[in-house]
Amino acid sequence: MTAVSIDSAPKTAARRRERLASGRTYISAALIFIWCLIPFYWMIVTAFRDVGYTFDSTPFFTHVTWDNFNTVFSESLGNHFGRNLLNSLFVAGVTTVVALLFGVFAAYALSRLEFRFKFLVLGFVLGASMFPGVALVTPLFQLFTNIGWYGTYQALIIPNISFVLPLTVYTLTSFFREMPWELEESARIDGCTQGQAFRKVIMPLAAPAVFTTAILAFIASWNEFLIASQLSNDQTKTVTVAIAYFAGAQAHQEPYTAVMAAGTVVTIPLVILVLIFQRKIVAGLTAGAVK
Amino acid sequence: MSTLAQPKRAPETPSPKTKKVQKEVGQDRAATSQGRWAFWLISPALVLLAVVIVYPVVNAIIMAFQKDQGLDPVTKVFVQGGPAGFDNFVHWLAQQCGSAACAPGTLGAQFWSAVGTTFFFTVVTVVLETVLGFWMAVIMARTFRGRSALRAAVLVPWAIPTAVTAKLWFFIFAFDGIANKLFGTAILWTGSEWPARWAIIISDVWKTTPFMALLILAGLQIIPAEVYEAAKVDGASAWQRFTQITLPLVKPALMVAVLFRVLDALRMYDLPAIMTQGSNGTTTLSILVVDQIRQGFNSAAALSTITFLIIFLVAFIFVRFLGANAVASATPKTTKGQEK
Repeated sequence: MTAVSIDSAPKTAARRRERLASGRTYISAALIFIWCLIPFYWMIVTAFRDVGYTFDSTPFFTHVTWDNFNTVFSESLGNHFGRNLLNSLFVAGVTTVVALLFGVFAAYALSRLEFRFKFLVLGFVLGASMFPGVALVTPLFQLFTNIGWYGTYQALIIPNISFVLPLTVYTLTSFFREMPWELEESARIDGCTQGQAFRKVIMPLAAPAVFTTAILAFIASWNEFLIASQLSNDQTKTVTVAIAYFAGAQAHQEPYTAVMAAGTVVTIPLVILVLIFQRKIVAGLTAGAVK
Repeated sequence: MSTLAQPKRAPETPSPKTKKVQKEVGQDRAATSQGRWAFWLISPALVLLAVVIVYPVVNAIIMAFQKDQGLDPVTKVFVQGGPAGFDNFVHWLAQQCGSAACAPGTLGAQFWSAVGTTFFFTVVTVVLETVLGFWMAVIMARTFRGRSALRAAVLVPWAIPTAVTAKLWFFIFAFDGIANKLFGTAILWTGSEWPARWAIIISDVWKTTPFMALLILAGLQIIPAEVYEAAKVDGASAWQRFTQITLPLVKPALMVAVLFRVLDALRMYDLPAIMTQGSNGTTTLSILVVDQIRQGFNSAAALSTITFLIIFLVAFIFVRFLGANAVASATPKTTKGQEK
């Protein structure tokens, strides 16, 4: 450090300035914290609130009840939320597995091998990830209606792959570039083929990257709304669509508390997942954007 | 790089001439084998992408040049379809229904207002998210107790599905909701034009600023601290350090983040579709396409093609003129600069 002043006056001034700066940091941090979490907190408070007190503005848990969760899963009200959850789980799960199966190999080649048109392939993958969903919905709606796939799971999984696979390839490529590939070289020198080196050395090393990418892919697919709202029927409806068109106890009345309960059910697992794997997810989100 | 390891296997001490030839052969073989490997590893993903993206898009373009079946609006005669030329595109771009202008309120009359709404949402949300995201990133980059808790907290809005976000803010902005109570106002937020737009913008900013902040933070973290210390020693003010060091060095990451967000905002659908169903001047291009699907596939295909072209054009402008090169940042350094 450069400040070698023995004079005490500037030192205390500097210290005061430092303390002031750290005070400002804490205030800013608190503001960000509140801004990000308060709406989420409000959703949970409302989810546990008696429907008669929907618009009560008490900022903590009052009139606590499980009723809203019962409404959410109430088949007699026409809500099939359990089924919707399973649908989402199935669609997002299959999408994630397929995208990873295809994405891992492509990302390995893109990050490790020299070949022509690499730039073009990456450009195509990135372009695909920014592709607007509406441009797929129209032709697919007609196609799936014609071949009788409307309201099937593949009608949701196939379009989901269109944006999850590019995301997977892109994230994995960035991750793979950061890995200690010297180990692969050592394995090759020790007599492994490229395939063996990949399977026995690289795969275990790559597991955390693949796992993080899987979480990102799953969340992207789980959160999808546009395609599911157009290409699903009552049998295959996913949670996001179900929440958007929720039926309450009273007709023509927005069932706010029940919707917040449904939102809580859908969100809590994601939030827990995100908090546990916070570091990895941030690394995955920002992989590739910085170099 | 391991790729350089293979040519080294060439014999150590041959005559100059054979050495050159053998090296070339070795390199060639290595390149071919890598190329072949790459081909087999990449083609499955590319074929799959072609099936799920290229096929529907080509299909949509073909559809866009077909007439929709249905009653002709002027003659009231059933039209069987058939080639339409550019009629579907003219229908949207010139807002022409048949030979007359589309009646107000019909989907055909909403194209340019939807374009305006889409770009308005895009510009306002991305500007707000960039400014707020930058501020959040600067705070998160500092060292203080609870920093990791803050970083975890900002991930919460990001993880919540947009459909849930829409419902949550719809509730907050309800007439009897907490927003009106907190500010002592009595605004029908989702019931009139500007409040509805601001409700959507605020929801979007809440949901996506964290993503922006994290991308910018990643950019900030690669700036070495010594650079700042050196500038401090040279007497640069905080503002000078920000504009002369932080901004230029974080620019590549920032541009990629802005590009991602712009392209995402241009296809905005979930928030307005759930919060206002596109009423009160919140119909974006995506909402217009979806509304059109059930009134005529081919016309919707033309509109989705136009939407796709608009987004493509914006991406092109960003990459070409503003230097947001996401591909370059995803390409390994060895191949950088080979093309382009």
